[in-house]
Amino acid sequence: MSDTQIRDLIAEAIKDNDVILFMKGTPDQPACGFSMRTVGMLQSLDVPFAAVDVLPDPRIRQELSSLSNWPTIPQLFHNGELLGGCDIVTEMYESGELATTLGVETPADAPAEAPTGHPAQAAPMGIENRLR
Amino acid sequence: MPSADEVKNRIEAAIPGAEAEVQTPDEVHFSARVRAGAFGGLSRVQQHRLVMEIFDGELGGSIHALELKTEAT
Repeated sequence: MSDTQIRDLIAEAIKDNDVILFMKGTPDQPACGFSMRTVGMLQSLDVPFAAVDVLPDPRIRQELSSLSNWPTIPQLFHNGELLGGCDIVTEMYESGELATTLGVETPADAPAEAPTGHPAQAAPMGIENRLR
Repeated sequence: MPSADEVKNRIEAAIPGAEAEVQTPDEVHFSARVRAGAFGGLSRVQQHRLVMEIFDGELGGSIHALELKTEAT
């Protein structure tokens, strides 16, 4: 697949999914603490979201960052627009703005503070590379 | 490896009127709180971009992570 094809697929995925997270690893097996935290926040709001693992091909991250003008992973998009990375999503989660923006009610059992990830428990490189 | 002061000074030099508080446990992971008048009218994503582009090419390299909180003053 050419770089342009990858870029087009990313643009299409962002357009086609109301909420889409580009992350390291998968929601079930996040490979980075920041990705894990972002997944945790979306899950505690019960928001359905699409997730793309950027690890299988370094060009995914390259093309995504040049498209979004944002250097780091994770990146959360809503209605085609970049909401931010883990820090911004955390700030929005804790202020209630994330639920409002995504059009959901904050569930009664959602923690007030963003669920913390455990970067130390993130999968080591060998496991990251195993993905796909 | 940049020190917390170095990161702070670079942010304040690059963004006029900015005040930055920078912490780092290991000079690889940084957390910065930045207040600036220049952030007025910008979205959070745009505010973060202004800070991150100062360290273009270093993020993910000598600066492993830069945790950011921005605020318009």
